[in-house]
Amino acid sequence: MTAGSSADPADIHRALVALVRTSGRDVLATLTRWTGDLALAEDAVQDATLVALQTWPRDGVPDNPVAWLRLTARRRAVDLLRREIARRPKEVAAVDRPELTDDLGEEWDDVSPSVVDDDLLRLVFTCCHPSLELDAQVALALRTLCGLTVAEVARALLVAEPAMAKRLVRTRQKIAAARIPYRVPPDHELPARWAGALATVHLMLNEGHTATSGDDLVRQGLVDEAIRLARLLHRLQPDDPGAMGLLALGLLSDSRRDTRTGPDGVILLADQDRDRWNRAHITEAVSLLAEALRRTPTTPDRYVVQAAIAACHALAPTWEDTDWSAVVSWYDTLVGIDPSPVVRLNRAVAIGERDGADAGLRELEAVAGLDGYALRHAARAALLRRVGRDDEAAEADAIASMLPMSDPQRRLVSPDPAARPANG
Amino acid sequence: MPLYAAITYTADVDWTAPEQADEMAEYGAFSAGAAAVLRGGAALYPTSTATTIRLSEKGGDVVTSDGPYVETKEVLTGFFLLECADLDEAISRAAEIPAAWNGAVEVRPVIPMG
Repeated sequence: MTAGSSADPADIHRALVALVRTSGRDVLATLTRWTGDLALAEDAVQDATLVALQTWPRDGVPDNPVAWLRLTARRRAVDLLRREIARRPKEVAAVDRPELTDDLGEEWDDVSPSVVDDDLLRLVFTCCHPSLELDAQVALALRTLCGLTVAEVARALLVAEPAMAKRLVRTRQKIAAARIPYRVPPDHELPARWAGALATVHLMLNEGHTATSGDDLVRQGLVDEAIRLARLLHRLQPDDPGAMGLLALGLLSDSRRDTRTGPDGVILLADQDRDRWNRAHITEAVSLLAEALRRTPTTPDRYVVQAAIAACHALAPTWEDTDWSAVVSWYDTLVGIDPSPVVRLNRAVAIGERDGADAGLRELEAVAGLDGYALRHAARAALLRRVGRDDEAAEADAIASMLPMSDPQRRLVSPDPAARPANG
Repeated sequence: MPLYAAITYTADVDWTAPEQADEMAEYGAFSAGAAAVLRGGAALYPTSTATTIRLSEKGGDVVTSDGPYVETKEVLTGFFLLECADLDEAISRAAEIPAAWNGAVEVRPVIPMG
C-alpha cells in the first residue's frame, strides 16, 4: 500500500478523506474518553490529518492508516494537554487528566471493538445533552459522529458556513467550560436522555442512508455504525419500543443496500431488484416491529411508525403490489406525531401512488417550507411528468439540481421521462 | 473539581419577613443536604433595596438609580456555589433548590481565579 515518491497527491487526498470518514469518529471517541475533553480530541484528530497532508505525499500512505491516525492523534493530544496544563492555574490542571506518557501502551494500539462501541455511545450522549440547544445538538452530531466537514454541516442545516463555524465553536466551549460529561447516564437519568439519544442515532442513520453531499449516496460505514449503536441502545433498554423501532428501521433501510445504486447512479425503490434485498435483516426487523407495535397500541412511536412504513415496502412483492392504503395510513399516524414538511412530502408521494398523480400533486403543493430541499422539487417534477406537464417538470428538475444532494441523487434528477418519485 | 454557581430566579421576596419562614426552612434543608458540595452562597434582600450604578466611562461620574438593573417578573434572589464533578451532578444538586419549583435556577460554571 506504500505509494513512495510516485504518489499522486489526488490519490493521497482521497485516501485521507476516506480514512477520516470511516475511522475518524472511532479515534475521536476513544481520544475523548482518554482526555475527557471533546474539543481537545477534535483538535488532535484534525491536526493529525494536517500532518498526513504534509508527510504522506513525501513518505507514502502508511501500511496501516488507521493505526497511524490513532497514534498521531494521540501524540498530538499529549502535546495539546501539556500546553493546556502549562497555561492553567495549578489546581485546575491536575484534575482528571490521564498520565501524560509517550509510552503508548498496548491498550492504545489494540482498542477492542467493544471499547470503541462504548466510547461511541458515550459520545452520542454528549452530543444530545439537554443543556445544548437542539440545533447545536444536531450540528455537533453531524460534525463529530457523522464526520461531516463544517461546510457540509452548514449545507445540511441550511445555515451559512461562518455562522455554523461559530455555533460549533460555542458548543465546544460550553461542553468544556460547563463540563458536560462524556458518559452513558446512570439508569435513573436514562429516561430523560432517551429521546435525544434515539434522535441522534436516527440522524446518523439518515445521513448514512442518504448522504447530504459527496460522491456516494450511501455512506455504508455510517449506516453500519448507526445500526450498531441502535443495537446497543436496544440492549440498554430492552423493553423500550423506540429502540426496537429504530433498530428495525435501520435494518429495513439497510436491507436494500445492494440494490439502491447501480452504474448509472440511484435506483429508485420502484425499480430495485427485490430478490436481492437482505431477507435476514427484514425478518429480524419485522419481529422487532411486531413486538414494538404490541407495546404501543395507543401511543404510536415515531421510529416504530417509520419502521412500519419501511416494512410495507420490504414485504411488498413489487412496487405496484405495495399496500399503498396501509402506507398512507401509517403516514397519517406519523404526521400526527411529527407534522414536519418532509413527512408530509413523503405522505404526498404515497397518496400519488394510491390515488393518482393529480391527487399526489395537490397534496405536495400544500406542503410549505421545503423550497431548499432538493427531493421536494424532484418528487414534484416526477408527479408533473406523470400528468403531462413536462415544461413545469423540467423547471422543477432544474431547481432540484441546484440544491445540495449527493452526486448519485444529482444524476437522478435529469429530464428522464421514466423518472419516478424518490421515496426509496 | 469545578465550581458551579446555582443562581435563583423567583418572585421578588423578602427572605427576612416572617411569612417566608417556611420557605427558609426548605432552603435550610437543602443546604444541610448539600453540605458536601456547598462552597458558599447568599440570599439577597428584595429588589426594592437595590441600587444600580453606572459610569459613563472609567473614572467618570457615578450615576445611580433605584431598583434592579432589569425589571422582570422573576428576579435574581440569591445564589449557591456548588463544587461538583460535572454538569450532570450540578444539575441534580440544583434541582433540589426550592427556587427550582418556585421559579428557576440557572447553573453556570465558575471561572477559577488564580
